[in-house]
Amino acid sequence: MSSSPAARPRLVPVTSATPPLPLDHLEPVSAWGGSSRVLSWVYRPTTAGGIEEAFALARARGLSVGLRGAGQSYGDAALNAENVCLDLSRMTRILAWDPSTGVITVEPGVTIRQLWQYTLEDGWWPSIVPGTMFVSLGGAAAMNVHGKNAFKAGTLGEHIHGFELLLPTGERRTCSRTENAELFHAAIGGFGMLGCITSITFSMTRVHSGLLDVEAIPTRTLDEMLDVFEQRHATADYLVGWVDGFGTGTSLGRGLIHQANYLAAGVDRQPAQTLRTAHQELPPTLFGVFPKALMWRAMRPLMHPPGVRLVNAAKYHLSARQGRHHYRDSHVGFAFLFDYIPEWKRAYGPGGMIEFQSFVPAAEASRVFGAQLVRAQRAGIVPYLGVLKRHRTDPFLLSYGVDGYSLAMHFQVTAANRARLWALTQDMGTVAHEAGGRFYFAKDATFTRQTLADYLAAERFQQFRALKAACDPTSLLQTELYRRLFGTD
Amino acid sequence: MNLGPVTHPWRRALLVGASSGIGAELARQLGAGGCQVALVARRREELDALAAHIDAAPGEGRALVYPHDVTHYDGVPDLFRTICHDLGGLDLFIYAAGVMPRIEADEYSFGKDRSIIEVNVLGAIAWLNEAAQRFERAGAGTLVGISSVAGDRGRRGNPAYHASKAALDTYLEALRNRLGRLGVRVVTIKPGPVDTPMTRGMDRLPFLVSAEVAATQTLDAAARGVRTAYIPSRWRPIMFVLRHIPSPIFQRLDL
Repeated sequence: MSSSPAARPRLVPVTSATPPLPLDHLEPVSAWGGSSRVLSWVYRPTTAGGIEEAFALARARGLSVGLRGAGQSYGDAALNAENVCLDLSRMTRILAWDPSTGVITVEPGVTIRQLWQYTLEDGWWPSIVPGTMFVSLGGAAAMNVHGKNAFKAGTLGEHIHGFELLLPTGERRTCSRTENAELFHAAIGGFGMLGCITSITFSMTRVHSGLLDVEAIPTRTLDEMLDVFEQRHATADYLVGWVDGFGTGTSLGRGLIHQANYLAAGVDRQPAQTLRTAHQELPPTLFGVFPKALMWRAMRPLMHPPGVRLVNAAKYHLSARQGRHHYRDSHVGFAFLFDYIPEWKRAYGPGGMIEFQSFVPAAEASRVFGAQLVRAQRAGIVPYLGVLKRHRTDPFLLSYGVDGYSLAMHFQVTAANRARLWALTQDMGTVAHEAGGRFYFAKDATFTRQTLADYLAAERFQQFRALKAACDPTSLLQTELYRRLFGTD
Repeated sequence: MNLGPVTHPWRRALLVGASSGIGAELARQLGAGGCQVALVARRREELDALAAHIDAAPGEGRALVYPHDVTHYDGVPDLFRTICHDLGGLDLFIYAAGVMPRIEADEYSFGKDRSIIEVNVLGAIAWLNEAAQRFERAGAGTLVGISSVAGDRGRRGNPAYHASKAALDTYLEALRNRLGRLGVRVVTIKPGPVDTPMTRGMDRLPFLVSAEVAATQTLDAAARGVRTAYIPSRWRPIMFVLRHIPSPIFQRLDL
């Protein structure tokens, strides 16, 4: 075989004595956003022993193993084309729960949905939740996810007490801030490249009601939105800004902020009722009549620039007319906006969608995000959704945390715009990187080895490489994202 | 996985019978279009030269070579898996291997006929079965078989060759009926005479086209997902008429 960058060498030479994996394990696996789709040999173990067996199975055939939780990463973080995909979504046991301290131990496949449904009636809510409840805790820890309270509660990793890590070598390591501390800080946010988490212990947050106090604050520009964030982040529990990507000129970055605060003990006089799971369920219909399962189909005809421009403008002007106002919402209703419309990604059409999110210091946010929006508009690829959040730094090795802001943008991918969109993300990435920006593996689909080398300090990169070599000397654990950003050499 | 720009709808292609003729030209065009192409054929030297040409051309297209004799049927499943692994996936499979030994008007050579059936039919089925199975699981993919106008009618010149192409046509049609509803495209390409080593030295070559034109039209048809494409397209009405000439009359014609 001629040498070529396309060749993916097997990890070890395969002897003909090893029978090939059975074809019925070959399955299509997709990036959540639908922007890429691969075939993998999928195994779904239920125990740590099962994970070890799958490691052995792959190793004997010279295949690599990609870990996959609930498959909610937008890009290729949980894809491993033509190799083994270890889907942990069957490891869903809750191993220990102490309702007096709020400390819980779960298997990696347990989802945020399963978690809050289990703990909320005891008065505990997950300390960190992303915009959807369908992520797994194993995946969330591997990506070190954040939520709308990142400025106050940080990332998920900060609430993790410890975890059991099964290394590709077969060794098991207990990791915490005092035991294997280096590995603890690298495996959280290490996107599944150092070992497989087989159980994880973390603390939940005490709540005294199933409701939150919410305030909606329309903002006319990006700068106004940033001002409100700066004024409020000391007192708010949650802050999130919706940005209309179609706003231009004096309306650039116009949008709507939602602030939410927990209710103090005693404010809700019927907490046992509002904390019930049934009280938290999302409505089965939208606008009171429309079955939500059909909603993405109804959105599909509007998912083109003029359609989204119209919908966004309507949303902005309606909220601006309504002005600032207060209301109460359930935790679920406030936290999981993405779950109101099941399968909403399908509205984006056959090319799928990607998310681009960059994290920049507070002083740079206005300039960088303004420039990104203008560049996207000039390129003719306007984000259909923009979400602004406040962040803080964290102690993890591959941290994306900054004392500043992130702007996440959703882009529709089509056969016609794909190449231009990829170029645009490099361009927007450069703007953020030059301002001291950072990036986040759970969202990324487009960056290259060079991008990573540019923004990740060389010593962090080397430290991660060294840990990878120690935990996984044969590079058994790989994903598309890993090969794209770290290479296989 | 590189998700960068390509001009073809495919990013990874596997081409069996890649060393010469239409196959080699298909390989060059896929490579030029940014595809990663796996080249399968018997002769390593030809493959290496072709791969060097593709790798040297501007753009992202790269080639991998796999010397293999399509009549070694037992080796096909393993080789197919290896190739899919090396490419990191597969979007397009093309079977372009075919032989047409010279048969005299009064010649009956089982040896030659057998080689025709082994390469044109059994080799095709061995490979297409693997690709079909995979694409069925994926619910996506494009399968292309290079057949011939010769499959439309059993003419007097080379009985086994005509029979082999008729068999390939029917096999591909059946695959299409199996896989079409699952999102897999199965495309039958039926070229008339093409200026390749296969036809060199033959006389009476109506509507002769270059391998380059044949390859361009093949990829165009595959991208559009048409069921059957004649190359050039004027063969379609001609073959329609020829197919409908009653046998007693056809027998008397000097065709």
